[in-house]
Amino acid sequence: MSRTRKPPGYGSLSLRGAALLYVGLLIVLPVIAISSRALGGGITSLWTQITSPQAMAALKLTLLMAFIMVLINVVTGTAMAWVLVRYRFPLKKVINAMIDIPFAIPTVVTGIMLVVLYGPRSILGTLFSRMGVEIIFDKPGIVLALLFVTFPFVVRSVQPVLMEMEPDMEEAAQTLGASRSVTFFRIVLPTLLPAILTGAALSFSRALGEFGSVVIVAGNIPLKTQTAPVYVFGEIESGNVQSAMGVSLFLLFSSFLVLVMLKLIQNRSQRHVEST
Amino acid sequence: MSKAPERVEVLPRTQSPLRHLISGSVLLWFGLLVLLPLLGIFRETIKTGPQIFLNSLGAPGSRHAFYLTLLITVVAVVLNTVFGTILAIVLSTQKFKGKILLEGMIDLPFAVSPVVAGLMFIILYGPNGWLGSLFSAAGIKIIYALPGMIIATLFVTLPFVVREILPVLNEFGREQEEAAVVLGASRWQTFWRVTLPSIKWGLAYGVTLTIARAIGEFGAVLVVSGGIINQTQTATLYIHDQFTDFNTAGAFAAALVLAAMSFAILTVIQVVYKKKGGDHPC
Repeated sequence: MSRTRKPPGYGSLSLRGAALLYVGLLIVLPVIAISSRALGGGITSLWTQITSPQAMAALKLTLLMAFIMVLINVVTGTAMAWVLVRYRFPLKKVINAMIDIPFAIPTVVTGIMLVVLYGPRSILGTLFSRMGVEIIFDKPGIVLALLFVTFPFVVRSVQPVLMEMEPDMEEAAQTLGASRSVTFFRIVLPTLLPAILTGAALSFSRALGEFGSVVIVAGNIPLKTQTAPVYVFGEIESGNVQSAMGVSLFLLFSSFLVLVMLKLIQNRSQRHVEST
Repeated sequence: MSKAPERVEVLPRTQSPLRHLISGSVLLWFGLLVLLPLLGIFRETIKTGPQIFLNSLGAPGSRHAFYLTLLITVVAVVLNTVFGTILAIVLSTQKFKGKILLEGMIDLPFAVSPVVAGLMFIILYGPNGWLGSLFSAAGIKIIYALPGMIIATLFVTLPFVVREILPVLNEFGREQEEAAVVLGASRWQTFWRVTLPSIKWGLAYGVTLTIARAIGEFGAVLVVSGGIINQTQTATLYIHDQFTDFNTAGAFAAALVLAAMSFAILTVIQVVYKKKGGDHPC
């Protein structure tokens, strides 16, 4: 049957053409254009751009802030998923629905909300200020913004896995005398690990690229509180498109890397499911 | 759902203090991180009073910005629904070289920084770009104008519709469509009568996500827009502009409207998700 299948007709060929043209114009060509422009200046000039003090500081800051955010989000996100699946409490359905709020709210609005709440003129802001901690227009504000915009990723990756998890293994472990914590770390955590890693990778990638909320809360002082996307934006604004190429290419490359990593985690856990 | 009570009771046998501690602190964290900021901006806007709120929203710059957001969102929804559906159909029914690559590329907008996305469009569609030079020879301005803002929004929202209906199409199989064709239905009839009804809730979900993202997009649109008041300023750009000009009343009013819109969209999303048959966690 499949051998004698007739070649695709005009209908399906034109559909394919339309699909390829659309993705080509919107995604593939832009990626090729920026890569060729970035590499067109030669590897050495790309290297000089990335290693310029301001670009280097921006990249370091972005990676550090994203890393701190992921550490916190992995713990709180997994705990949130755990509480939503395993515990019963009032308003659970409403709270479950509200987990997605950060995805729905525009990033600029997020930034402004954080400034209103923790800014220098707010009650909380002055409180922290008295303790010597500046949140807004400083690094804690960046971490806070990143925590907000990425909050749902880990929760929503872990939740379905936790729901499908049968309690047999946990019960068996406890019957055999394992303590709660041993059961959690030896049985539950390994099962959840691929989902936690997926959530972490999604959060991390989002944090590397986050702009709207960060540009409002960070203060954007070069070498101090300027993240990589804000640096790229600044260079574009001041007409230095070429010097923004190094950092942009780095960010683009890390996006690809995260996508590939997610695909690998997905394949691995699928094979795992099939083999059991 | 009938199995659930049995499951829940087996594990946490006791109402241990640890349990309360965990759920209490997790919910507190969520409240402080996500809900408190929402209350904060609500309170701030109420404090300024309804008159200032309405005046700021009615300012010409604000009205034009909301109009532009609406326009761009409508265009993005229409184009991405049509082409997203075509993409999903092509990916689920056809085999060709480079298909895996095409499928991989579709997710890129989710991973790439909006600023970098904007920069890509400046380079490709800017006056000196490969495609931009063609358009500018024809007298069409793309970057720092509306077409560029639409292209940027199309890019960031492209994956939603495809990603929502592709799994449905893959699972749905082709038997019913083939049966319809055998029974003499035309391709067009098959699509409207067989394919579309099966993907409609997935499509609706994808469209709602597209709307939410299109309304809220900031970075990519900002980079390609030039941010000219009354011309190339969407609602999010307007909020940013007002905020950096220390016109906080204007920024807060518009931000509250956008936050309310997100809330409405979120409610729609929840309803559509249930209709779609998704076993939404809970």
